[in-house]
Amino acid sequence: MVLLGKLADLGGAPALSLAGPLDWAGLKAALPETLSEAIDDPRVRVAVNGALLADKAALQAGEDDEIALLPPVSGG
Amino acid sequence: MRDIRLLTRMFIPGTLIGPFTQANPGLGGVCTFVGEVRHDQGVEALELTHYEPLTLPGMHDLADRAFDRFTLMGLLMVHRVGVLRPGEPIVCVSAAALHRRDAIDAVDFCMDHLKSAAWFWKREKRAGQWHWIEPRAQDHSDLARWQS
Repeated sequence: MVLLGKLADLGGAPALSLAGPLDWAGLKAALPETLSEAIDDPRVRVAVNGALLADKAALQAGEDDEIALLPPVSGG
Repeated sequence: MRDIRLLTRMFIPGTLIGPFTQANPGLGGVCTFVGEVRHDQGVEALELTHYEPLTLPGMHDLADRAFDRFTLMGLLMVHRVGVLRPGEPIVCVSAAALHRRDAIDAVDFCMDHLKSAAWFWKREKRAGQWHWIEPRAQDHSDLARWQS
């Protein structure tokens, strides 16, 4: 799993390895509490293998999938 | 001529703009914007992170939309990632067209979208500490200009 922006600070590293398969509830349960809460922000997007999910709550990730947690991008 | 790139090292915009202009023979105008890291009070460095699977494809998608929207001959869009010092170039967008309005507007369009909607996360170092830069309301109004 890849953590971008300030989510990397909350996760303690820019990348984490979690055991799959994972759905949204499983992912949240596997993360540190502050990070788990932060990703509920509706502005946080989720991508699986580089493809953005329209609805992150519908996450379904398997063993070798790369999940990216993307906070809102910085402005100018 | 289309040249879309992410760079991890310091670049000199003139070395890109010259060849880009030469690669669009017959152009009527070329418009170039170069953004540099501002010398804001106390800022020692700026770091840009990106997400490989999204950031460069997103820039290509933006270039596609610029070509659809404006009558362009060429587009150069180069963005830095990594750690930058104040005064270093961070972005360079150059558009070549038969007519000036297309070139000028295409650069403005690309810049507004790069600043507000491209997959970059920025943090700045002040007094030895890194601080993440949050989205600004201004970015949304910049984008709204192009939604008609």
